[in-house]
Amino acid sequence: MYGGGNVFEAMKATALADEDPKKLAEFEARIDRGEKIEPTDWMPQLYRKQLIRMIEQHAHSEIIGALPEGTWITRAPGFKRKLALMAKVQDEVGHAQLLYAAAETLGKPREQMIDDLISGKSKYSNIFNYPAFTWADSCFISWLVDAGAIVNQLANSKGSYGPYCRALERICAEESFHLKYGHHCVIHLATGTKKQREMMQAAVNRWWAPMMHFFGPSDKISVHSEILMKWKVKMASNDECRQQFLDMYVPKIWELGLTIPDDKLRKNTETGLWEYTEPDWDEFKRVINGDGPCNKERLAVRRIAEERGKWVREALLAPKAKYVTPLA
Amino acid sequence: MNTEALKELIYKMADDLLILGHRNSEWTGMGPLLEEDIAFSSMAQDKVGQSWQLYKILHTLGENDPDTVAFMRNADQFHNAQLCELPNGEYDFSLIRHFLFDTAELLKYQMLANSSYTDLANLAKKVKGEAKYHSMHAKIWIKQLGSATPESIERLQQSLDVALPYALGMFEKSPYEKEIIDEGLFGGEEVLMEAWKAEVEKIISDTKLILPDWSTIAPVYGGRKGVHTKHLQPLLDEMSEVFKVDPTADW
Repeated sequence: MYGGGNVFEAMKATALADEDPKKLAEFEARIDRGEKIEPTDWMPQLYRKQLIRMIEQHAHSEIIGALPEGTWITRAPGFKRKLALMAKVQDEVGHAQLLYAAAETLGKPREQMIDDLISGKSKYSNIFNYPAFTWADSCFISWLVDAGAIVNQLANSKGSYGPYCRALERICAEESFHLKYGHHCVIHLATGTKKQREMMQAAVNRWWAPMMHFFGPSDKISVHSEILMKWKVKMASNDECRQQFLDMYVPKIWELGLTIPDDKLRKNTETGLWEYTEPDWDEFKRVINGDGPCNKERLAVRRIAEERGKWVREALLAPKAKYVTPLA
Repeated sequence: MNTEALKELIYKMADDLLILGHRNSEWTGMGPLLEEDIAFSSMAQDKVGQSWQLYKILHTLGENDPDTVAFMRNADQFHNAQLCELPNGEYDFSLIRHFLFDTAELLKYQMLANSSYTDLANLAKKVKGEAKYHSMHAKIWIKQLGSATPESIERLQQSLDVALPYALGMFEKSPYEKEIIDEGLFGGEEVLMEAWKAEVEKIISDTKLILPDWSTIAPVYGGRKGVHTKHLQPLLDEMSEVFKVDPTADW
């Protein structure tokens, strides 16, 4: 799961100056024709760099996202929920595996990507810098954060880079089960006992602002990304994704008798667009730059896991190790 | 058929699987590499799923429903071997435990496929395929890490030494051992343990690890009778934290 509207940095006008104009024109013509670019095909350096950046951040978001939900695996109430949540979070780790492999086709090894995550050099979805305080928070994530991710990922699965598109198609199929699971959990809480309803409403109140941040800054203030749209790296703008999410899920949230903590939230029947209180983008910037409630904890957990596993990875690389052929 | 004997047999298996499955799931997001994270999560799902099926059989024998049985008992009412409840520790300990436990689990399912109690025999036939993969996963890693670097060998050796007494505790005999064997419910702990020892010896001999003489290892018993380490109750408290907010609610 991944929002990802926030990942692009400003590009210099000279960024394409060193590229062979003929090859560049052929490359752009292929994309215009809807062809997929494959790992061994020619591509501009800028395309490669931005794709690595985007896919890597997506992969990091999957493994970091496994942490707030993973906390609730050991606390899930009842067999049905326990098994479903285990499978769901396992899927997310599997997505990271797929995505790191897709990014590796562009030339950056997985180990290096994980090092950059731990050092803080590369980012991950901002929403996971917030804590999942209760079971209801984990249900909110499973339903609505995954729903937001699907909006973004479905758009990107129509992009131009073959390995990323194929990974996203598989990921979206799994995410749609997560969404069903999450919705089922939220329905049970929102229509359950008084305590359950309160727990669910409190989770919605806590998570609404991070959810609005999830799609990235408003198009009015975000970095221009025309060339990335042209190259089909970025397929929909932040505001387009946010609007689509609101359109699909706000009615479903209201339907359950839950309220959303934004007095201005309404659909303008004339424009067909949702109006809402502009999220606090200063907070968003602060959190993405490391000063959120859980940034340090998330990276510390990841760093510890890496350090504790170092001897295992070294042992796998030992030249004299007795390599074992899988038995089946 | 001695129902008490049957229930005791199934409770031991179900509790082993639930508690070890729960421990395996604690590796989610924490594995030494993504592939192992995913593997431990898969095994956790299989084990917890198998325990659920076993609690369902117990329900047909008059016990409470599976959620209540799993989420509402205290440590002294659990029959799992202490091996299952020990904290995960580092990957070396989790791997050694996984190897020792799943080697026994596969053999147990193979024996139970012939149980005179049809429900148990059917379940064993169905899930022994899953257990086979768990056992293969453990063996591959033990062979690999047990002969790789000085650090990996030393770590595995230390964990093996710690885990073996607890592993022998898995085979603590039931007060109904004779009835269980006579009625053909299960071939008995002694037969299982001997087969297990032979398999463990075979795999360890293929590595640089040293298996102590069995006679020098004192088994840690008690788990089967509800005597547990200090680690089980906190695990159960965590597991039931949400469920106990309202055990009658539909979650």
